[in-house]
Amino acid sequence: MSTISTTKKAYLLLQDGTMMQGTSIGANGTAGGELCFNTGMTGYQEVFTDPSYTGQVLIMNTNYIGNYGVKSTDVESDKVTINAIICKNTTNRYSRPMADGDLGAYLLANNVVAIADIDTRALVAHVRTKGAMNCIVSTELDQVEALQAALTKVPDMSGLDLSSMVSTKEAYTVGTEQNTLRIAVLDFGVKRHILTSLAERGAYLKVFPAHTSMQEMETFQPHGYFISNGPGDPGAMDYAVATVKDIIAAHKPLFGICLGHQLLARANDIPTFKMHHGHRGLNHPVKNLLTGKSEITTQNHGFGIDPEVTKQKSNLTISHINLNDHSIEGIKMLDRPAFSVQYHPESTPGPHDSRYLFEDFIAMIKNNN
Amino acid sequence: MPRDNSIKSVLIIGSGPIIIGQACEFDYSGSQAARSLREEGVKVTLINSNPATIMTDPIVADKVYLKPLTVESIEEILEESDIDAVLPTMGGQTALNLAKECKELGVWERFNVRLIGVDIKAIDKAEDRELFRQWMIELGVPVAQARTANSLLEGKEFAQEIGLPIVIRPSFTLGGTGGGFVMHKEELDGALDRGLTASPIHEVLVEKAVLGWKEYELELLRDAADNVVIICTVENFDPMGIHTGDSITVAPAMTLSDTAFQLMRNTALMMMRDLGNFAGGCNVQFALNPETEEIIAIEINPRVSRSSALASKATGYPIAKIAAKLAIGYNLDELQNQITQTTSAYFEPALDYVIVKMPRWNFDKFKGADDTLGLQMKSVGEVMAIGRSFPEALQKACQSLENNATGLNYISRGQLRAEELIEYLKRPTWDRIFKIKEAMQAGVSIKTIHEITLIDKWFLYQIQDIISTENNITQQKNLEAITEDLMWKAKEMGFSDEQIADCLKDCNAEQVYEYRKQLGVTRVYKMVDTCSAEFEAKTPYYYSAFEKPALQIGAHALVQNESKRSDKKKIIVLGSGPNRIGQGIEFDYCCTHGLLAIKDSGYEAIMVNCNPETVSTDFDIADKLYFEPVYWEHLWEIIEHEQPEGVVVQLGGQTALKLAKRLHEKGIKIIGTSFDDMDIAEDRGRFSDLLKELNIPYPNYGTAYTTDEAIEVANQVGYPVLVRPSYVLGGQRMRIVINDDELEKSVVSLLKHLPGNKILIDHFLDRCQEAEIDAICDGEEVHIMGIMEHIEPAGIHSGDSHSVLPVFNLGPLVVDEMVDIAKKIALKLNIKGLINIQYAIKDSKVFVIEANPRASRTTPFIAKAYGVPFLHIATQVMMGVKKLKDFTIVKHLDGFAVKEPVFSFNKFPNVNKELGPEMKSTGEAIRFIKNLRDPWFRNLYKERSMHLSK
Repeated sequence: MSTISTTKKAYLLLQDGTMMQGTSIGANGTAGGELCFNTGMTGYQEVFTDPSYTGQVLIMNTNYIGNYGVKSTDVESDKVTINAIICKNTTNRYSRPMADGDLGAYLLANNVVAIADIDTRALVAHVRTKGAMNCIVSTELDQVEALQAALTKVPDMSGLDLSSMVSTKEAYTVGTEQNTLRIAVLDFGVKRHILTSLAERGAYLKVFPAHTSMQEMETFQPHGYFISNGPGDPGAMDYAVATVKDIIAAHKPLFGICLGHQLLARANDIPTFKMHHGHRGLNHPVKNLLTGKSEITTQNHGFGIDPEVTKQKSNLTISHINLNDHSIEGIKMLDRPAFSVQYHPESTPGPHDSRYLFEDFIAMIKNNN
Repeated sequence: MPRDNSIKSVLIIGSGPIIIGQACEFDYSGSQAARSLREEGVKVTLINSNPATIMTDPIVADKVYLKPLTVESIEEILEESDIDAVLPTMGGQTALNLAKECKELGVWERFNVRLIGVDIKAIDKAEDRELFRQWMIELGVPVAQARTANSLLEGKEFAQEIGLPIVIRPSFTLGGTGGGFVMHKEELDGALDRGLTASPIHEVLVEKAVLGWKEYELELLRDAADNVVIICTVENFDPMGIHTGDSITVAPAMTLSDTAFQLMRNTALMMMRDLGNFAGGCNVQFALNPETEEIIAIEINPRVSRSSALASKATGYPIAKIAAKLAIGYNLDELQNQITQTTSAYFEPALDYVIVKMPRWNFDKFKGADDTLGLQMKSVGEVMAIGRSFPEALQKACQSLENNATGLNYISRGQLRAEELIEYLKRPTWDRIFKIKEAMQAGVSIKTIHEITLIDKWFLYQIQDIISTENNITQQKNLEAITEDLMWKAKEMGFSDEQIADCLKDCNAEQVYEYRKQLGVTRVYKMVDTCSAEFEAKTPYYYSAFEKPALQIGAHALVQNESKRSDKKKIIVLGSGPNRIGQGIEFDYCCTHGLLAIKDSGYEAIMVNCNPETVSTDFDIADKLYFEPVYWEHLWEIIEHEQPEGVVVQLGGQTALKLAKRLHEKGIKIIGTSFDDMDIAEDRGRFSDLLKELNIPYPNYGTAYTTDEAIEVANQVGYPVLVRPSYVLGGQRMRIVINDDELEKSVVSLLKHLPGNKILIDHFLDRCQEAEIDAICDGEEVHIMGIMEHIEPAGIHSGDSHSVLPVFNLGPLVVDEMVDIAKKIALKLNIKGLINIQYAIKDSKVFVIEANPRASRTTPFIAKAYGVPFLHIATQVMMGVKKLKDFTIVKHLDGFAVKEPVFSFNKFPNVNKELGPEMKSTGEAIRFIKNLRDPWFRNLYKERSMHLSK
């Protein structure tokens, strides 16, 4: 029995001209996107299905992916959302009795181009020092010129509204109607486990497409609004900012995660910016300034909110900061029942330290009524 | 909370002599803690009876007490020094037990000393098996069904109730001493009896055995504000049932999904937060049922441990250093990541490599010992290897073991058939990993191997991948037939050049090396940085890996080799590999001092070693650390990359010394004594010629390759004779025999284990006195560091003898003679650096037994006893930057210092405790006596022949 065939070559070209050769471990084809990296050591399948990664090519800098197979419930959406995968090692033979398939077959079934045997560590350091850039991965093209031509077609992440593409087309409900506490979810690419986390805590949810107005959502008679995570540039989402403004103007309880956090900031006239290379991983230290306690968080964002403008706002407070680079990780409005965090408290994959935020949100809704 | 400023002076308790289950990892953590506290301006007082430790050196602590670890010693220290607090979590079980005893006797209270890091309640809850169980049940954490027994009768009743198989776990013992499995009814009484006897409180836990569950360890840090982080998750290759110290372990966890891991993390956090008053490093162990992914808690250790030392080396995160700061009040979010120096200490390291730890055993020293691996730890040391994949790390670990393995390819491969191998694998032994590979090669299925060993199939698949690559190499008709792709593949999987040459049979390692260099297959060095390259790190801690270069470099350079060669002049220090009997912690002490002396002399000091328990491989001791096997291929590529001025081989024991020949042949400068002069000392024939020339007496000797030759030589030199192989450590397989029959038996056994070895046969000077000298020579002048006289008569290995510094019984004429001889030999051998000379004295005549042109086991002992930084001096002399005349050496010793050997026989109940020419002790203690009327000494002297083997 052989492991993954080593015969099929694949190529990687970065925007700055760096070209590497590796082994194809997924579908045949060519795929490009913004190059970013994740340092998490577990949870590859959850990462690959996270809608926030839409449009990106992800370097998995952990030593192995595929080592414990794939399992139908370890997903954050119905499909693989990332454009392509770059990794060092992969194994298709796994030992986990609870798994239901191997990663190679899963990538083929989901038509994902993936390249292994790459010096991922050097690439991560490259992105860290040179910043996010586009790249192309191909199993078909082995000439620089052809790869270059394909690379030029990859759109720039700045100014890109990807959320309306990944958002649900139709509204749907989650949880049982018996739950009297109703939350409207504005979907920009919501992770499945965020919905589970809210439903588990006794909420009945209705998930609305990205372009839904507040008036439309009001027909659900929600007690609170959740603004979801999602891919793309928050700066290109004026329609969503308008919706968030309506919600806070109405004094409705609001909780935002990641993109939702950036939208709450923009609704308060705080600008967002594209980060040098973003935060993606399962080990980012965050301090809750309101409680003094710290938490290890899951993160996945390439944009941030402007710290200087935020500090000047008298109607909101910075609730969480990142202990590594002191960037803003959470804000809380003082005159409205609204708060948001830049990281992912549902944390799939990742540590469960921040799940209290869902309870805080439920409590906020209850207090408000 | 910021640092507690009321703590100005802290006492750290060490772990005492090295024994199996408690080794030099505690020197590593204790030294780190001491340095960490001194950084904060805290005065550090240290107690430890082990003279071979760095922690008891003036460079580490403000005040050192080399005293027995007893309540009396603690009281004496507290009378004498003003201590605010005691930190008991750095010295293993020994320190915790002593702290507890002092607490019970009210000592801490009486002197108004605070216990920091942990309180006694937390220790009890964690260490007392029954309290732990009750606590887990209250918390809702699943545990294995069990009951605590205080008598044989109770134990039998509970065993009946729970049903076999069961585990017996004694309370308050270390390294699982006295513990064991009971699979069959007839083993029950014996196992219970052993367990109850081993426990200081005569208590055992009778527990249902969860055989075949997977075993994990989480290393955590917690601060007083309840912040907890997981520093490292370690997965045991060997499933439940084998002590983690005797298991091959891997980090990060290789077979855990995020859901399974988060369940463990959540449970560990809950346990930590509920532990009580605790700030520091802690270890939690879990067993996981692979079918259901449910977990049970096995144990919690509220202190730093062997695993935390490993986790520190595995991740780069200095657990003991941070733990010490937490103990004096800091919170994690107030501290900095020591490696990046820009990010927070409150985070969880991410690894982009794999580490494999392999234990090192010494069963050959314990004849009659049961070498089945189980609940009780039996290994004496360990190696750690770092690679970008599991196969690479595994094979590097094999190359680090120093047992002739060239990879996962043990040299003495047996010719067992498949059925025999299946039978062999049913009993876990030290060479199981090698035998698994053999079994697969003999056609045994992964399914069968999994069923017998219960080792997770993922690991078995990886071993199979190694085999398929090996087969691929073997099938090539010659070296040139190996394609670039295959060469990359082989090297990425950790195959050594030697291993590849063995597969091909038409070439040697050197040719493989040349050929792959032509193909461009060469090592790059990657950094251990705690963060998977997410942040820039400042710590020069490297391992080698194989990474294919980019096809094209674009606008920005791609940094694949992170180890940048500096412009400074540099010197490489070779470490001593895994600890084992005859070569242990003392060489870590020597290397650490050597590195500091090299730095002080303005050179860049580069360390190469693979032993994770050492201080010399701590991230801030050398200027650059290569955590690599002390194996020629790895060393050579480091030399190629760094181009050092030279290599120090005198400080890393026999391991380092034996690489001198190849370095010399390659034209690399050996720092200090030249290779040729060292070879004279090491080669019995050349050395005897030198002694003859200098007119120095030595016992008659001869050499032989066969039994017949041996008998002839023995009769020439005259019985009794000492028979031993050449080039071995700690008197391995050395025997004293009195007639032809005995001689034949021992030569046959020796040649069976070491085929082709040159056998040395010396006339044995019966009933003579032994003594030794350690000296430094700069080529012109000789300084005698110390003269030690052994209490036991000749026939007991010097490492197992009590030795007294200075001599107590030998006359001045004899001493003068010894000194005179030492000077003659050192000057004749052009020693630049250290030399150790061993003597036998019979009827006032001085014979030279051997000379070692390197740091010896006793060098640290003498340095401590006299309070002189001899290693620092010796290193500078070695380098030639200073002469002996540049130093003023003042020795302080009131009375005598006695080096006391310490044994680990309690781990091997069936082993005969007699002593002989083969070293068996695992550690040593130092004891100071005022004069020869000391009652302890008088008793020792009286019994000096008691343990001599027949």
